[in-house]
Amino acid sequence: MLISPCSQLSFEKSRPGRRGASLPKDYCDKSKGLETVPDKFRRKRALVFPEMTEPEVVRHFVQLSKKNFSIDSHFYPLGSCTMKYNPKINEWAAGLEGFAKVHPLQPQSTAQGILQVCYELEQDLREITGMKRFTLQPAAGAHGELTGMMLVRAYHEALGQTKRRKVLVPDSSHGTNPASAALYGYHVVELKSNARGRVELKTLLEHLDDEVACLMLTNPNTLGLFEEDIVKVAEAVHQKGGLLYYDGANFNALLGIARPGDMGFDIVHLNLHKTFSTPHGGGGPGSGPVGVSERVVPFLPGPLLDKQGEVYVLRDAGPKSIGRVKSFYGNTGMLLRAFVYIRSLGLAGLKKVSEDAILNANYLKEKLKKIFPIAVDEPCMHECVLSIRNYKAQGIHSGDIGKRLLDFGIHAPTVHFPLVVEEALMIEPTETESKETLDRFVKTMEIIAEEILQDPDKLLQAPHTLPIRRPDEVLAARKPVLSYRDQLRERILLAEGVPG
Amino acid sequence: MHFHPLTEDDKQKMLEDIGVSSFEDLLKGIPSSLRNPRIGVREAVSELEIQTLVRGLANVNHSAHDYLSFLGAGSYEHFVPSAVSEVTRRNEFYTAYTPYQAEASQGTLQAIYEFQSLITELTGLDVSNASHYDGSTSLAEAVLLSVRHTDRLKVLVSRAVHPHYRQVIQTYLRGTPYSMVEFGFGEDHAFDRAQFESLLTPDVAGVVFQTPNFFGVLEDLEGVSDKVHENGSLLILTGNPLAMAVLRSPGEWGADLAVGEGQPFGLALQFGGPYVGYFSAVRSLMRRVPGRLAGLTVDAEGKRAFCLTLQAREQHIRRERAASNICTNQALCALAACAHMTLLGKEGIREVAALNMDRADYLRGKIAGLGGFKVLRDQPIFNEFVIRTEKPFDLLEKKLLEKKIFPGVPLEPFYPELKNQFLVCATETKTREHLDTFVRELASC
Repeated sequence: MLISPCSQLSFEKSRPGRRGASLPKDYCDKSKGLETVPDKFRRKRALVFPEMTEPEVVRHFVQLSKKNFSIDSHFYPLGSCTMKYNPKINEWAAGLEGFAKVHPLQPQSTAQGILQVCYELEQDLREITGMKRFTLQPAAGAHGELTGMMLVRAYHEALGQTKRRKVLVPDSSHGTNPASAALYGYHVVELKSNARGRVELKTLLEHLDDEVACLMLTNPNTLGLFEEDIVKVAEAVHQKGGLLYYDGANFNALLGIARPGDMGFDIVHLNLHKTFSTPHGGGGPGSGPVGVSERVVPFLPGPLLDKQGEVYVLRDAGPKSIGRVKSFYGNTGMLLRAFVYIRSLGLAGLKKVSEDAILNANYLKEKLKKIFPIAVDEPCMHECVLSIRNYKAQGIHSGDIGKRLLDFGIHAPTVHFPLVVEEALMIEPTETESKETLDRFVKTMEIIAEEILQDPDKLLQAPHTLPIRRPDEVLAARKPVLSYRDQLRERILLAEGVPG
Repeated sequence: MHFHPLTEDDKQKMLEDIGVSSFEDLLKGIPSSLRNPRIGVREAVSELEIQTLVRGLANVNHSAHDYLSFLGAGSYEHFVPSAVSEVTRRNEFYTAYTPYQAEASQGTLQAIYEFQSLITELTGLDVSNASHYDGSTSLAEAVLLSVRHTDRLKVLVSRAVHPHYRQVIQTYLRGTPYSMVEFGFGEDHAFDRAQFESLLTPDVAGVVFQTPNFFGVLEDLEGVSDKVHENGSLLILTGNPLAMAVLRSPGEWGADLAVGEGQPFGLALQFGGPYVGYFSAVRSLMRRVPGRLAGLTVDAEGKRAFCLTLQAREQHIRRERAASNICTNQALCALAACAHMTLLGKEGIREVAALNMDRADYLRGKIAGLGGFKVLRDQPIFNEFVIRTEKPFDLLEKKLLEKKIFPGVPLEPFYPELKNQFLVCATETKTREHLDTFVRELASC
């Protein structure tokens, strides 16, 4: 294994005796505390931890950071992920000591500022989605989905409907939808999309029976298409006693334009890290508030936040509540950022978010379809899906285009979804990108299309200019090395050879 | 709009290129009955005004910033080196996406790998995931793992486990074939061994203990893992990972899973989140671990590389057959924890742990000498312990709040039988003067 200095681990840079943090030296009583703890409670096993000075630690992490793409440095046309700009005012707000140092179990009377933030955010989310009430507890979109499934079950159980064991999911859905439903014990039934990429009413009706607990939908769906029959879909599901679940991953298309509540959805999760601009953080923390229609309100997790007079009060949920889904009250640091975002944009700004996101996506679709076939050539919402299936002769997959884009400083589009499109490239520009950026992206795609014909190897070997070439994922999975201790055990040390 | 670069001119040109005459033409698929909803959201305010507004709201809160705080119970005030936030505020970290594209995410992936390495060192188990939402959900996932792995129906949980965590387990199990049974604790605030043993029946999938437990007490788990394993069950331990730097680690107690809350490492109190769950397991359970795992490999040129691995467990590949539905971890929080632990280093982390024990033990000793207050003097603790008072806690708290002191967390809301008892925490952030002040003010209550 070739190891450059900047891919050395902290553990490998460590030298005995170095210190990175200065700590108080004064003990109240050095002979007590740890000293008096009986031997059997003490750690015997040596602790292999790095020993580095502060400048070394800082350089270590700054060097690591330079190996990342990020929205502050790169364009991410990453479908269904809504990689928009994260306003800096949000970060400033979350860092204020008056928020950062508030303990979750201090008396509520001393935490009225943060409670007001959460309360007003809930009001705003209710208005924006048309839902009756929200829980702000779920820590991420998938956590919101799980909470949603629990709500579905609690709702049906309260009505004595124990037969409802099926959850319908379109074949275009995100992977989390079937995973969340199955994790919670539901039998997942996939609905085949029609030729226009939508849920077909007829197919739905064939599957709708009194065993269906709910239909999970993303609207616009993962093809970026609005489910035009949504009102009829909702009526049909409700008529059969089922609930309608809204996966809010694509809600960036609908701010101020249409509301899931008006469409008839009963449960909605939002991804604050997508639509409401909180940073993705390299994969979390996110936040996945869940909103519900009137009839699902009694089942919401507790505690719930109310305003009594001028006082904000956290109270236990009622007897029908599914219970608590997370310790304390949710990722309040993210809730605060979303609150600031909504205040920054106001209603007009929120509308503009979706309008510009839709316009950017349609513009890209129109330009890109001259280069690669489009999955469904109709006006799209916030994203569009291309298909690369015509390049089998060259051995090119959609993922190869993603890898080649990295060389041009553009993050790869989404390639795992939707499953209904062969060799899909799902592209979502978001509203915070300029026309110039989009034009540059189109230009780059033209160059890549040309390369497929002239020099397919250039794609198959891509990327060429990043800190690493393609990693050997098969090796990683066949012989997992997941920690420095694994390296020590397997003797994968700095001076030694390639594992495996 | 300062985040949205499209000008009117841009839009006109783009609409022309798309071939529609107006933006509305793009929305024809949306039924008109749904269009133009009436939404009661306030109009925008400028950044300057927001700064004023938000600072005002922050100032409404009292916090460990302006109060002397002895609050703990799963969320701890600790010294955080300034360099930690310098790391987490790197745009390349906090505005990056999940590291699916390994070539463009080596920074995040290596940091996760280092986080996993630090966690496995602390817990003494073989495998750590890339992190989880928080301690409570991490524990709930561990419980789910145990029932799936053993194909048994029941989980035994100590009542001295954080009440929120037990509530979350309860929520996760509700409506499933699985159930949670609790065993109690004694006057000494340690788990009731006889009750635990009597409930350890052949249908038990996993047993959950917390140490240091919710009352701050170090549980004596001698012999427990043998009993649990003889029964074919999994031993799941949760607890403050900072304690593991000096106290017997889950691995040394014979745990199969060690999961919990990593907030003590570099994360702000932030009214309860975002925090970071740690999740570690013995190697035989590796393929059942939920969430992301970063692994070491080589790239096409033989260079060291990191990538997400064992993804066959995950939702984006397996859909309804996935080991878990989770997709994100708490990457940025894990990064903060990683930077924090790296800065503390081998000696520093032991010293911080020892300082916590010093402060808590000193405070407990002082309070033991006060009339009107009782503490358990001889129980080994980490940085928390329970005070029992003869006065109503509400009254006492009210008086201390006037002195700008958060005295601790009352236990009655969680344990109705523990009236006028409260949990106090003293970390390294408290000096001897702070502790003496607290004791003096308690005495005057």
